[in-house]
Formats: sequence, C-alpha cells, structure tokens
Amino acid sequence: MSDNVLKVENVTMQFGGVVAVDNVNLEVNAGEIVSLIGPNGAGKTTAFNVITGVYPPTNGVVYFEGKKIVENYPRGKMKKLYKSENSGAYTHAIEPTPDKITRMGVARTFQNIRLWSSQTVFENILIAKHCRVTAGLLSATFRMNKLEERRQREECDELLGILELDGVRNELATSLPYGQQRRVEIARALATQPKLLLLDEPAAGMNPQETQELTAFISRIRTDFRLTVFIIEHHMALVMDISDRIYVLDFGKLIASDTPAKVQNDQRVVDAYLGVSEDA
Amino acid sequence: MLKIENLHVSYGGIRALRGISLEVPDGKIVTLIGANGAGKSTMLRTITGLVKAESGSIRWNDHELLGQPTDRIIGTGIAMCPEGRRVFADLTVLENLKIGAYLRKDRAGIQEDLQSVYDLFPRLKERVWQMAGTLSGGEQQMLTVGRALMSRPQLLLLDEPSLGLAPLVVQDIFSIIKKINKQGTTLLLIEQNANMALRTADLAYVLETGNITMFGTGADLLADEKVKEAYLGKHKN
Repeated sequence: MSDNVLKVENVTMQFGGVVAVDNVNLEVNAGEIVSLIGPNGAGKTTAFNVITGVYPPTNGVVYFEGKKIVENYPRGKMKKLYKSENSGAYTHAIEPTPDKITRMGVARTFQNIRLWSSQTVFENILIAKHCRVTAGLLSATFRMNKLEERRQREECDELLGILELDGVRNELATSLPYGQQRRVEIARALATQPKLLLLDEPAAGMNPQETQELTAFISRIRTDFRLTVFIIEHHMALVMDISDRIYVLDFGKLIASDTPAKVQNDQRVVDAYLGVSEDA
Repeated sequence: MLKIENLHVSYGGIRALRGISLEVPDGKIVTLIGANGAGKSTMLRTITGLVKAESGSIRWNDHELLGQPTDRIIGTGIAMCPEGRRVFADLTVLENLKIGAYLRKDRAGIQEDLQSVYDLFPRLKERVWQMAGTLSGGEQQMLTVGRALMSRPQLLLLDEPSLGLAPLVVQDIFSIIKKINKQGTTLLLIEQNANMALRTADLAYVLETGNITMFGTGADLLADEKVKEAYLGKHKN
C-alpha cells in the first residue's frame, strides 16, 4: 500500500465534444506539496472540480487515502461521443456530492473567489465548520450543543489569528481587497479540518512580497495542520519555491511530471507555458 | 490628460484614499503599485464613478468627472478592465465583446477592433459562441481585457490584467499593453506584478495606505532599494 493521499487514475472529463481533461494519472503523497501548472484553459481547474465532486468525470477513478471516492465510465450519449482512452476500464459510477468529499477531508479554494458576500469574514469561516457539527436534532433542541458552538467559534477566531485576518473579522468578506479575500478562502478551507488542501491560484492578486509571505505560510500550515497540499498556480516564484513535485498539463494531457528544477528546464514546458524566464 | 487632485475617499469610517494627487499625461503608461489594501482599486473605481469621493477633483480633458454617473464617464472615452474577471457569464464571448462597444456607432470600426482583439487573443476567436461563464479563468481574463479594448478608449484603466494568466501569456499581455499605448491609448495600470509593470510604465506611483509615498519613472522605481524590498520580493537565499 503506497502512502498516496490522492490518486487520480485515467481521469477524463469531456464536455460535449471538448475533452478538457484527457486520461490524466497523478498522485499526491502524504505531506507533499505538489503543483499543477499549465497554460490557460489546459484543464487544471477542471481537474480540481473532478476531484472535489463539482462534476463527475466522464471516465476514470479518484482515490482518497486509498479509498475509491469517485468513479465513472462513459454512459448514455457519452458512449458514442467519448474520444479518450480506457473507455472499457470501468463499470461503476460513484458520484459523491462536493459536501461529502469535504467531509472526507478534502478542502479547496476557488480561482474565481467564492465567498458569501453578505456575510462577514468570521461568518464565512464559521459556515465551513458546519460540516463538522456533531450535534443532532435532539441535542440542538435542548441546547446541549452550546459547548460545541463555543468551541467552533473559538477555532474560527484562532484561524483568523493564524491568517492575520483578526483585524477584519467583522468586515463584509467581499469588501476586502482581492488578495485578502483569497486568505479568507484559505481560512475557510482550513476550517473544515482537511487532510488534503487544494489551492486554486492562491497567489493571484498578490504582489511578489505578499506571494513570498504566502509561500512561507503554505509551508507552515503543511506542518502545523499536517496537510497534504495540491496547488494550481501561475506565480513561478511560489511554485518553484514550494513544490516537492510538479505536474504540467497542456490541452488536457499531462506533458511533464518532475521536480521543480527539472520541469523548469523541460523544453516542452518552456514552449507551452513558461516562455522566457521571468524574474518576479 | 487625467489630473487627480487631493482626492479623499472613505468607506464608512475607513479612509481608503487620503488626499491623492496624480497625473496621467496623454499617450503615457502610468502604473500604480502598492500592497493589497493600499487603495489602488478604489482609485480606479473612483475615476469611473463606481465609488463616490468625499472631496477632491478628477479632471479629464477639462471635464470634471467627480459626481458624474458611470455611463457618462465611460462616454468621455474612458474604459476600465475590472479586477477578477467580471464577465457576463450567460452571454457569449462575442456578446461580451460587443457590450464593450455599446456606446459606439461606427460599425466598421467595431468590426476592425473585434478583429484586432481576436489577433491579440486567438483563444477568444476559437470560442466566440461559447458562454463566457464556461471559459477557463485565464480565458475570462483575456475576455475582460478584450472587452475594455472594444470601446476604443482614449484612456484605459487596467486593474490587474495579468491576474491568473500563464507566464507566457503574462509576457504577451505586457507587450499588448505597449502596443495599445503605441496606437495612442493612454493607460493607467494597476498590477501586482510590479516588476513587469515598472518595466512597462513611463511613470509610476507607489500607493501606501491611501497615500502616495513615491513617484518617478518606471526605471527609477525599479532601481529603488525601498521599492525592491517592499514590492519586488527579495530573494531570501
């Protein structure tokens, strides 16, 4: 038994005739920080969406901690339309909803920020705690859950402190500057007590200085929260600094998978994605 | 020329801009750099009338913009590319681009500009009939920039055009910015990628907690130790 936390096996995501993710295989091992990079429209966010149950893949399997959590095979119309490989490999359909996957211990942030706009920073984070509520109808009716409620609020405040958001605790989340909203999203994801954290462009909207701070922060939470981290990011300063390994996606296909140093010098990656080196 | 004098803006009790004065001369690229929360986006949003100022003045070619509604301000030849991909998700790529040209009457010119947007972003051309909401994040960003260009503005306000774009495309975006500028458009650029922004800009202002703390040519600030430390990211090792 390998110690991979996440394993994506032969996953294809096809929308109509468009193959967004094309027979992708990848693994993220416990405690690793792995990055997924690639040109715009390569299918990176789609891969995240498949892993977190936003939509079921057209074909393939996703394992979390060795357990099959998602599986699908080309069905219905897709039987004829399917363009990728391994079409006969699977025969079952397991399609959990995103909330179930979150409860298993997979949390994420979003590329296009998804915060509740009429809620404060604190409330946005508190909502995330909901998936860990143990109180049932009975205990709630008799207010036996007060202790739990208090504990959750304390944990949220602690997260605010860690992310240096305590100063804006009671502000409306969407009134914050863009870069800070991304931090609220990370705090919210952490509030669900994940084992695997998926970050979709966490450094977007941050300047190089702030990106450096974020890099250090991600390393720190990996240790402090014993996390495994999977990141989509375009800031190479962050990716190269922090990643144990990197996967490169282009037109839905993996074109490289290696250590940062090797990926950086891979000619295909340079051509498709990096271009001339940018010292940011 | 855009001339801002002693501009004050507050949200509730929070003073976002505290007496800002700056100039964007015709035909130049001016960039505004600063940390998250410094007030950069507020600045652009005040110029386009989305945020009301408390006091000060924003003069654009001898019009006073302050107090004018946004549609009127856009009509004077200003366009904004907002931060964070604000596309019309349920409209097609083409419809989104056409909205950028909503105030224009010159059909031939619109077609021409549509073509040049496609030249800049071939990806958009492949996807003209696709709903904007189904584009990837980076493609939506391209669309936002393209839509702003469709009004053929005299002054283009760009709020983080490189957000979420792949390194290769970021390089493209900055050469596009230069190209647009060469064609006669004045630009006010906000960018977290301070390195690229300063290299591209003729003039640069540093904004810190609502105040302008530094001003100079792009090259000057690029060489400045304080700027390096605060915004360009020192390599620790």
